Amino acid sequence: MFMLEKALVGGRKYWIWILCLFAIIGLGFLSYLRQLNYGLGITGMSRDVTWGLYIAQFTFLVGVAASAVMVVLPYYLHNFKAFGKITILGEFLAISAVIMCMLLIFVDMGQPTRVLNVLLYPTPNSLMFWDMISLGGYLALNATIALVTLSAERKGIAPPRWIRPVIILSIPWAVSIHTVTAFLYSGLPGRSFWLTAILAPRFLASAFASGPALLILLSLAIRGLTRYDVGREAIRKLAVILTYAMITNVFFLLMEVFTAFYSRLPEHMEHFQYLFAGLQGHALLVPWMWTSVTLALVSLVLLIVPATRNHESILPLTCVTVFTSLWIDKGLGLIVGGFVPSPLGAITEYSPTLPEVLITLGVWAVGFLMVTVFYKIALSVREVTAPWVSLRGGESI
Amino acid sequence: MRDKGIIYTVLIVFLGLITAPFSYNLIAGRTSKGPEIKLPVSEKNCVAPTEYMKESHMKLLVAWRDDLVRRNIRTFTAFDGKSYNIGLSSTCLANCHTSKADFCDRCHNYVGVQGPYCMDCHIDPKLTKGSRP
Amino acid sequence: MIISRKTFLRATGFSLLVAAGKKLGVVFADAAQNAAFAPSRALTAGRWAMLVDISKCLEKEDCTKCIQACDRSHNVPEFTEPAHQVKWIWKASFENVFPSQQHDYVMDRLKEKPVLALCNHCSEPPCVRVCPTQATWKRADGIVMMDWHRCIGCRYCMAACPYGSRSFNWLDPRPHIAKLNPDFPTRTKGVVEKCNFCEERLAKGQLPACVEACPQKAMVFGDLDDPNSQVRELLRSRYTIQRKPELGTKPEIFYIV
Repeated sequence: MFMLEKALVGGRKYWIWILCLFAIIGLGFLSYLRQLNYGLGITGMSRDVTWGLYIAQFTFLVGVAASAVMVVLPYYLHNFKAFGKITILGEFLAISAVIMCMLLIFVDMGQPTRVLNVLLYPTPNSLMFWDMISLGGYLALNATIALVTLSAERKGIAPPRWIRPVIILSIPWAVSIHTVTAFLYSGLPGRSFWLTAILAPRFLASAFASGPALLILLSLAIRGLTRYDVGREAIRKLAVILTYAMITNVFFLLMEVFTAFYSRLPEHMEHFQYLFAGLQGHALLVPWMWTSVTLALVSLVLLIVPATRNHESILPLTCVTVFTSLWIDKGLGLIVGGFVPSPLGAITEYSPTLPEVLITLGVWAVGFLMVTVFYKIALSVREVTAPWVSLRGGESI
Repeated sequence: MRDKGIIYTVLIVFLGLITAPFSYNLIAGRTSKGPEIKLPVSEKNCVAPTEYMKESHMKLLVAWRDDLVRRNIRTFTAFDGKSYNIGLSSTCLANCHTSKADFCDRCHNYVGVQGPYCMDCHIDPKLTKGSRP
Repeated sequence: MIISRKTFLRATGFSLLVAAGKKLGVVFADAAQNAAFAPSRALTAGRWAMLVDISKCLEKEDCTKCIQACDRSHNVPEFTEPAHQVKWIWKASFENVFPSQQHDYVMDRLKEKPVLALCNHCSEPPCVRVCPTQATWKRADGIVMMDWHRCIGCRYCMAACPYGSRSFNWLDPRPHIAKLNPDFPTRTKGVVEKCNFCEERLAKGQLPACVEACPQKAMVFGDLDDPNSQVRELLRSRYTIQRKPELGTKPEIFYIV
């Protein structure tokens, strides 16, 4: 079923990797049991900062999930043949990211056994309801697409014609999942850091930068570990997309900074002040945010200059820089910054506790496990049906 | 059959294991007599027929819960015309089934029902402060 | 007797339908049995509202009788760790409760003085708008209610509330309750809670615990829809302010300065 047997064959490196992932998952699971027993008080969240690492990581990973559209759109809608070998990698990354998102929501809930209440008592005025619908739908779409196209490839036939409208549907749906996630924040009247129309565009821009960055890294890793080479043109084109997305993202951030500091509205300035300078002596996140900004600027230079963008040894470093910068910005600063100061002007700082970090790492490990298994299956199918043998003779995984 | 000995041995062990629950109860002297529950002393009439309560008391409780919390319906008229205030601790436990341990828990433990977590929040009037059943 | 597969399936389907019908019948019978009505001595209103007289309250600056009364009657737990605090009604400084009224030269009488803060029971509540399970909703009489059976603990309502009125049970609250009031349930870990305008007391014909406990009679509780209520009279004659009125939440708590 689902060609899973292909993931059960592998060399030593493969199994050591799988074992390490399971160890991290195990640690995360045990920490989660502790959290279930003790309550969410085991995390660093508080009455003032009610969403922390879990939801922040969720927000970041929805972006990564949505970014699959950056390879699907050119290939399926505009027949950009160069993306032929990378599309399946993007789709599987999207599926893994969505699963991670759902897991992160689950571990953040105070009463997880009641999660089905969201479906039993549908509430169309709540964005969280639509978030569940859109994420679930996106998962179903991508899983169907991946399964159908890969099965057809394995059998050596063309996929059925009805899959094409499904694929086309996944394109606006990808944009919608991250827009809905942004709407979770940008519709709250009491949180002026998030109450901005540009939040959804910012989310999409940073998603379309961080996702492709990760995808390039994964493609290069696959190329180093197996004989599967997505092709130089695919990598270069994706890097160009990444560049434009990163430029847009930094531009949007500067727009926000202008609006806050030229209008001098205290409500808008305060959150930026907390994040980048500290407020009333509290400055826990300041080094993180400046690191994120520095990495973003460095990555912009490396991306805009074609020589560095196309350099095969520098590009992976650039991608790591982009990913880290955006991970800090969206996966930490954005959420915590919205809660500080609180509606009553209190400054409560947040830093995740060890159990919180272990649970989050466990979820990431689940994601990496899924990516590993899915890629193994996809690559095994393609190796048999269309053995693209590069001149590199690496050991197979 | 060369492996007659092994087969018969394993078969006998298997039969022994599968009938273990029955033999265990026999040795322990347990009978199939049901749990002994203490009926309420202050109230003679139940809010619904006994058979219905045995079968569907959880359904009734959920209906009451939603009526009270979500629709602000605070009283319930029983099948015999008597009206009661809806409240798990204040009516069911305080007025009628005054000892949860002797009534509710006896049946629940007998059938191995862990039950929903009502008592995580609702207070058993018999308990002292800070404790929990 | 050998029956065909078609006949067997037909018979099975039919008997399943009959069984389902019987179950449905039981459900409707249950609903009919539950004919109920509200007790006649309950306090009812078109729109409940509360007036807090800050000056009267400030005459006894260190008084916390309303807070104690609320905590006692609702089994509100006491956590020493500020991060895990659960509070339904509490005191915060004037500048923090009314950031829209803030400036550098607030009068001495009010400057940094403690003012009562509680759930505003807004007419346009953002928390109700965002709750994915309708675990919080606005009643016809204006009270923003909570159903602790349905809350999934997502804390979206806490992010949405512009007033910081809601608290989450980060830990099991029971060990942190000094004296259990058997007339009101506690909550469990993992659900959000807030002031409920003492709806259980209103149903018994009693005023909210905080209003009753105030030795200064600084809190007035009444019906906004009744033009002759004390609340409306005071609103007509005294200058009142609300918390963050520019957000359009239309709170039902008014403060006389």
